[in-house]
Amino acid sequence: MSFLKKLLVTAAFSAAMFVNAAYAENVKIALVVKSLGNGFFDAANKGAEEAAKELGDVEVIYTGPTKATAEAQIEVVNSLIAQKVNAIAISANDADALVPALKKAMERGITVISWDSGVAPEGRQLHLNPSDTGLIGETIIKLAADYLPEGGDVAILSASSTATNQNAWIEAAKKVLPEKFPKINLVATVYGDDDSAKSTDEAKGLLKSYPNLKAIIAPTTVGVVAAAQVVTDEGLIGKVNVTGLALPSEFKKFIDNGSSQAVALWNPIDLGYSAIYLAHDLAVKKEEAKPGATLSIGRVGKVTLDDTNSAAMAPPFQFDKTNIEKFSKIY
Amino acid sequence: MKNFLKYREIWLLAAIAMLIGLISTRFPGFANPGNLRQVFNDTSILMILALGQMVVILTRSIDLSMAANLCFTGMVVAMLNAAHPAIPIPLLIVIALLVGLVLGAINGLLVWRLNIPSIVVTLGTLTIYRGATFVISGGAWVNADQMSADFINFQRAAFLGIPVLSWIALLVIALFFLVMTRTALGRSVYAIGVNPTASVYAGIDVGRTKFIVFCISGMIGGLAGYLWISRYVIASVEVANGYELNIIAACVIGGISIAGGIGSVGGAVLGALFLGIISNALPVINISPFWQMAISGSAIILAVVLNARGERRQGRIILRKAEAA
Repeated sequence: MSFLKKLLVTAAFSAAMFVNAAYAENVKIALVVKSLGNGFFDAANKGAEEAAKELGDVEVIYTGPTKATAEAQIEVVNSLIAQKVNAIAISANDADALVPALKKAMERGITVISWDSGVAPEGRQLHLNPSDTGLIGETIIKLAADYLPEGGDVAILSASSTATNQNAWIEAAKKVLPEKFPKINLVATVYGDDDSAKSTDEAKGLLKSYPNLKAIIAPTTVGVVAAAQVVTDEGLIGKVNVTGLALPSEFKKFIDNGSSQAVALWNPIDLGYSAIYLAHDLAVKKEEAKPGATLSIGRVGKVTLDDTNSAAMAPPFQFDKTNIEKFSKIY
Repeated sequence: MKNFLKYREIWLLAAIAMLIGLISTRFPGFANPGNLRQVFNDTSILMILALGQMVVILTRSIDLSMAANLCFTGMVVAMLNAAHPAIPIPLLIVIALLVGLVLGAINGLLVWRLNIPSIVVTLGTLTIYRGATFVISGGAWVNADQMSADFINFQRAAFLGIPVLSWIALLVIALFFLVMTRTALGRSVYAIGVNPTASVYAGIDVGRTKFIVFCISGMIGGLAGYLWISRYVIASVEVANGYELNIIAACVIGGISIAGGIGSVGGAVLGALFLGIISNALPVINISPFWQMAISGSAIILAVVLNARGERRQGRIILRKAEAA
């Protein structure tokens, strides 16, 4: 009996040792997204897998809630803490609500970074912006202005009126408008709440209220599809140009039918790739996140952290007739 | 009773006319026939859904799973279309009706055979159907690019100057009107709502009738699923999230009593139109988005208050008649 007990204890002990050894071998990094089933994040996961292959010792756990809410995401984070992952790379549904859960994770020695949609500085070690706010703001106006040499009226169809990132981009866009694009006249900003039905109503309202409208700028993937469909339905192709931020796979049809000349977006594959790369380097103590530090991200290049430990990846990439076919197959 | 119903619909029609008048003062083009035709078309899906919900509410039940059914069926037809673009659209509509029917029948069986309150059953199936959408699609979206041109353009084609979507709505309205006023099923639905116990004595199978109304609302949900997806050209798990509340609101505004037994096809249609006009008008009359939701909500509460007062008046009239006799 006692022999058997001893044997069991020894077996359990050695098993535990073995498991520990396995942990040390592989860095487990959780890629936490706003919600599962979103084409943008699926593409980011592709990039994450690519980084994992390149780094060799990384296991990516792609996870997130089914609904894009902060509460659901907190539960996901808590379960990841219980699973003892080495690092969490999160695109947050709320900048503040997730801070306590992520702080708890950091206290347990888990590396925490945010990407795409940020967390307040005290809740993460660094934040990777897909692009620079100012650059995005300028790009969305430029997309409309490029096809309006004579100038004219444009309107913005945004997501919800409280969306942090959209509001920041719109502010940045308004700032560059008077000096860089004097002929462009922004007549209205409306909110479609990232809901197809509401965005459709709002886009129709814009066309009714402003008969001289030359372009609708929708810096949100749901709104831009709704607006392009409305322009197609109302027979305004060629008269009203729809532009903004769109996923090529979702938006290809509207570049093809001419309701849109060009849209832009950062590359979600690169974003996922970079998030895993940075999380890995911090987790294995290869790099340290502090203001002013320059970190290298494999094939993507280098980023420099600012005062709040945030970095911006690259300017948004433009899609038009010449390249939409190719990119619509990727993401 | 019939006179009273008529009165309520006329009253609602007057409210809608007033609403249009009010909007016209801020946006002159709103009242012209071309625009009103478009508002009708924009509201078609809500009208169809409200009619399906109406028959359920009339029997003192409720179907919370309609929007989830819409989402599931929409995903099924979108995926079918993406995989086999050759399937003709009429056949796809039949498939949508059948898928919706199956989902509705599940609700109906649970209510009928297990005698569970419909609000509990459909609250459960709401989540199940949304979850099932996630499972069959793997969470992926079906994009405009994957849908065939016929799939998207069918409801947009104009027939006698009116889009097919509007014709479908008109057809559904006519069908419901016939069923509710000219068939035994229609009479049983009202009878159950007014007094389920007396209905049993009158020889009406209450459980079976409830099963049938859930099948009807399921089929309507399925039909709306195809129409919704081809209208907004994206099928995702989030489609029509929370829309069940708009459907119920349309019924309530249309004077359909949540307590069952009171309500008409005309009421449901007008209730949906009322909501449709508000959501169509708010973007054009330059009201801050922060106020839009508050305004929609206030309109609903106002309508309910007026309806509740209407119901009270009914009681008084009966008493007075009794006194006179």
